Amino acid sequence: MTDGLTEYALRLGDDSLILGQRLGEWCGHAPMLEVDLSLTNVALDLVGQATLFLGIAGDADKLAFHRDVLDFKNCLLVEQPNGDFAQTIARQFLFSNWQELLFRELTQSRNATLAAIAGKAVKEVAYHARLANEWMVRLGDGTAESRARIVNGLDWMWRFGDELFDVDDVVEPLIASGVAVDVRKLRGEWDQRIARTLSEATLEMPKPRRAAKGGRIGHHSEHLGHLLSEMQFLQRAYPGATW
Amino acid sequence: MSVPALKDEVLAVLAGVPDPEVPCISVVELGIVREVRADAVVITPTYTGCPATQAIEQGIRAALDGHGFRNLKIETALAPPWTTDWISDEGREKLRAYGIAPPPQGAAKNSLREDVACPRCGSARTEEISRFGSTPCKALHRCLDCREPFDRFKCH
Ligand SMILES: [Zn+2]
Repeated sequence: MTDGLTEYALRLGDDSLILGQRLGEWCGHAPMLEVDLSLTNVALDLVGQATLFLGIAGDADKLAFHRDVLDFKNCLLVEQPNGDFAQTIARQFLFSNWQELLFRELTQSRNATLAAIAGKAVKEVAYHARLANEWMVRLGDGTAESRARIVNGLDWMWRFGDELFDVDDVVEPLIASGVAVDVRKLRGEWDQRIARTLSEATLEMPKPRRAAKGGRIGHHSEHLGHLLSEMQFLQRAYPGATW
Repeated sequence: MSVPALKDEVLAVLAGVPDPEVPCISVVELGIVREVRADAVVITPTYTGCPATQAIEQGIRAALDGHGFRNLKIETALAPPWTTDWISDEGREKLRAYGIAPPPQGAAKNSLREDVACPRCGSARTEEISRFGSTPCKALHRCLDCREPFDRFKCH
């Protein structure tokens, strides 16, 4: 069993790493060159965050490339497949708006390293949230086709939102000692942000769904294993390879 | 050598190390050299995921080694986070001359602002094409007067 801080750093780092890898899958496939650049730039920021957070937990490269699927602690939202562009944007919309609030609070952490990483990354995540919010509006208030796709994408991703606001007994003591963020307190502000952008996008709030959870304790969807098989291929086939 | 004299000498060496992605300005003008101590040079990354970070460190290492500062370590500090306000005035002018619209001094607090003057003709009539550009630190804009597309250094 790892200590609380290590576990917390893994959760933060894995969220960033897995979403960064997902967005990297768009490289060369996005609908427009500008979108290709945007998604891969966001991916780069996320991988940078992951390197720093995982560095608290141990050797970041080893953790990224040598752990098995059950040892990953990311939320289920970030491992969801890209689907079409709208589904990718819906995932980013829910995640980046949450991560911006999370990092804003994490800058106040009593752990100086966590605070420093958050202080650095929160400025970048503001860009991610804005990118996602703008595309939500463009797709929702766009054509019948784009609207249908974003409604579907959001409907799929919505069930993974609740997990972002869960606190368990790993994090509880860290909240008490001022190290971790109490994400429960961010729910109201997140809901408002989501509602504001959806209203601008002329979209309705998705219907409530039974929440899907489990990522924080290593219970993942089948999608994560497929993602890792690609991400970890080289280090598994040629252990220790460098270039 | 006294520490102030050492500092001046090291900074002079580092002033010759270009940023690998924006080679018109040095790592000193970019504001990522935060401190020179008797035992170490402290640098800070621009963006967390900036792939140039390693190249920058290698460039600094080579310059230090080449000028007899092998014993100086390179340390990385994340806090306080780098901001475009740390780009020197000379650095801003060099960016403009290179065709990259520099971030206005003191603009970092409003990091999502979009107003920017064309680095070629000076026109204020410009539009953003893509907020994410060829590197993490740049966005893509277009001048509505001279019609040239140009890179803009994001306020950060
Ligand atoms: Zn112009």
